[in-house]
Amino acid sequence: MSAARPVPVRRIAGGLPLRFRAVAVGAGCLLLALVFGVLAVGGGDYPMSPSDVVRTVVGGGSPAEDFIVHELRLPRVVTALLVGAALALAGAVFQSLVRNPLGSPDLLGFTQGSAAGALLVVVTGGGSAALAGGAVLGGVVTGAVIYALAWRGGLHGHRLVLVGIGATAILTGVNGYLLTRGRLMEAARAMLWLTGSLDGRGWEDVLPLLVAMSMLAPVVLLGCARPLAITEMGDDLARGLGVRVQGLRLVLLTAAVLLTSLAAAAAGPVSFVALTAPHLTRRMTGAPGPNLLAATCTGAALLTGADLAAQRLFAGHQLPVGVVTGVLGGGYLVWLLAAQRKAGRI
Amino acid sequence: MTQTIEHGTSGQGNGVAGMHDDGPRLSGSALTLSYDKRVVAENLDVAIPDRSFTVIIGPNACGKSTLLRALARTLRPAAGTVLLDGRDITSLPARKVARTLGLLPQTSVAPDGITVAELVGRGRYPHQRLLRQWSADDERVVRESMEATGVADLAGRLVDELSGGQRQRVWIAMALAQETPLLLLDEPTTYLDIAHQIEVLDLCARLHEERGRTLVAVLHDLNHAARYATHLIAMRDGRVVAAGTPGEVMTADLVEEVFRLPCRVIDDPETGTPLVVPAARRRTESATR
Repeated sequence: MSAARPVPVRRIAGGLPLRFRAVAVGAGCLLLALVFGVLAVGGGDYPMSPSDVVRTVVGGGSPAEDFIVHELRLPRVVTALLVGAALALAGAVFQSLVRNPLGSPDLLGFTQGSAAGALLVVVTGGGSAALAGGAVLGGVVTGAVIYALAWRGGLHGHRLVLVGIGATAILTGVNGYLLTRGRLMEAARAMLWLTGSLDGRGWEDVLPLLVAMSMLAPVVLLGCARPLAITEMGDDLARGLGVRVQGLRLVLLTAAVLLTSLAAAAAGPVSFVALTAPHLTRRMTGAPGPNLLAATCTGAALLTGADLAAQRLFAGHQLPVGVVTGVLGGGYLVWLLAAQRKAGRI
Repeated sequence: MTQTIEHGTSGQGNGVAGMHDDGPRLSGSALTLSYDKRVVAENLDVAIPDRSFTVIIGPNACGKSTLLRALARTLRPAAGTVLLDGRDITSLPARKVARTLGLLPQTSVAPDGITVAELVGRGRYPHQRLLRQWSADDERVVRESMEATGVADLAGRLVDELSGGQRQRVWIAMALAQETPLLLLDEPTTYLDIAHQIEVLDLCARLHEERGRTLVAVLHDLNHAARYATHLIAMRDGRVVAAGTPGEVMTADLVEEVFRLPCRVIDDPETGTPLVVPAARRRTESATR
């Protein structure tokens, strides 16, 4: 059957470990993210040209420009970059760990856990630093509980998915209850946070995520990417090849939960980036495996792009970035399903 | 309890580091194998003769795949020890074991969009390091493995597009690329038609003959087992019922004992090895049992 067809040599033989297309996609997305970032910094009540922006960022701007860029606009862009990168990396790790393209932290309960933690702080009248702390704590506690419930002599993907879906349902209920408990002002603030917004982010919001990314990203990207790709082929096979599967899962799950909750602490539970960025990356690179680095760059580009759109789409009226990612991500998912249906794959 | 103490002294107490006594490279002693609480085998002793093509046979759920997983260190025994080169396999570094002993499990998933060459290349994982990822050595071994299994022409093809027989040869090529003197295969012929089964078994026999590799395979077909194995292990209910050459093991009495299948054993007209012919269905009640 397939042997009779002409050989479709789609890729170069030789088993090169580095896919040039994957590298190109990663580099391209990073560049795109930077362009979006420069445009975002340049926009607003005091417009600046891209060259002015770059000049100011490297330290050659007037005091006014310096203030506008470094204090007002750059933190927001850096937050977008980092949140997008962190969510995409965590999403790619989750999808690979549970061997399911829908296995993103939004759907496995981790994001809802962060939200519950943050809402608890809002209802009890805490400030924004406490809110971030609540989001991290909520995410980590949820992660630990899900991990403990899913653990049975080892961690298995499908059990993690089932427990995670259960946790999502419970936590959604809890979050709804917390919202009704809050006073009107608090509830409105909570709703804005729940949508995911980058408005008015300062350096103090970025710092925890920056620290976490600079420590966790090397561990995940350099230390875990190859064994993770091997583990996708089956636990037994991976163990046979010398991968310590359970240890790897524990490290990766911890890293992904931390990244997700810190991203939520910085920008709220921005939806769909963790789900769509790894998908998009896989389609663009055409490469097997988790494609962690390229996915991370894609996520950064996605969120900076979405935030740029959120600021510019309606003149004089900013949208929360979560609305844009939700609409874009949801639309992408529907389009993907329709395309797959047309291709007869589902 | 007494078991663990026993092999604690016999397994690790003697012997110079790195050397093993005259026993086989791979063996298991007093193994208790279980999934969660369900015990599959208890107090199981097994030895894989060096340079043999050992085939494990037995009825469904007799524990043969479980034993293979324990020997390959993918299942940790509840009690007892698997010895590799005279040392407890669980005490050895994972990477070192992976360079000595390869496993081809039954359930392996080829990632979407992976090419044959890339999949085979993943067998090089235990030989690679973070800073030395792909060497000329890797390139050569991958090419040789693909040539040995006859999939070199498919190198650039997607694994998803291959036929079942081709795919199984690709998986075997991946296991070969691991370059291990011991190779464990869990039902390598399942889901293949008869021609592809023979093709895969011929390949296994050739791999066994080359380079003095030791092969261990779980097979369902008794006649294939008898024809290709140099050493047979027959299991039932988590016990080793018999072990030896096919001529010694594959008798009508043993097949009946192990599989509850009345049969005759004749000489294979092609090879002279034992050939199991199941008894025809009789009409009387007494004869069927």
